[in-house]
Amino acid sequence: MRAASAIIIAAFAALMIYATSGLPVPGDPDAPGSGHVSQYYIEHSMEDTHTPNIVTAVLADYRGFDTLGETLVIFTASLACVLILARRIDRD
Amino acid sequence: MIKRYDSVIVDITCRIMVPFIQLFAIYVIFHGHYSPGGGFQGGVLLASSMILHRLSLGQKESYAKLAPRNASILGTGGMFLFMLTAILPIFFGGMFLDYSFLPIPGLESAMLRYYGILIVEIWIGIAVFGCLVVIFDRLTERRWG
Repeated sequence: MRAASAIIIAAFAALMIYATSGLPVPGDPDAPGSGHVSQYYIEHSMEDTHTPNIVTAVLADYRGFDTLGETLVIFTASLACVLILARRIDRD
Repeated sequence: MIKRYDSVIVDITCRIMVPFIQLFAIYVIFHGHYSPGGGFQGGVLLASSMILHRLSLGQKESYAKLAPRNASILGTGGMFLFMLTAILPIFFGGMFLDYSFLPIPGLESAMLRYYGILIVEIWIGIAVFGCLVVIFDRLTERRWG
């Protein structure tokens, strides 16, 4: 059983390492990820939002819905902590 | 129940450090337009300053500074105001989360979006601060006996 799981893990690791050879070089302007909307953000974020930091402009303005979801995730985590861990009065 | 740490050095160091960590956190939130940073990072720094306060000075003194009840009010209030800021533009002719339709008079569209980002970052900071302190309080509260 241990040998089987070790072989499965090794095969999966080899597959993942092989897959990284197909990834684009970081910062490559011809990569599929940098062709869609990032050109627009880089060129227009200053005149659209007066914000020199493009990351902030994308996070809070262009992709504001994503940030709303992230905050909701943290809020839900604290809500779950309160509901599960809060001291409760014994009902007996 | 976290008791006060019985050491003068820890006591004095933490008393001096906590306000400066909070000042830096507020700087991180407000300077997010020009440098790395923003609501999440600033909120986590604020929460960590409060957790340091709780760990070093004990729950009794730290709860007097920020009660668990007030922390949960901060967390929910920040989240609620973020939602409100997101929904408000709908009533003034824009779309969800479109800060250029926020009802602040005398500002052009780009400046409205600039201030919209700032307002939202402040709400995120407050929400993250409150939520993380609530998690810490629930994990460390006295439960048995």
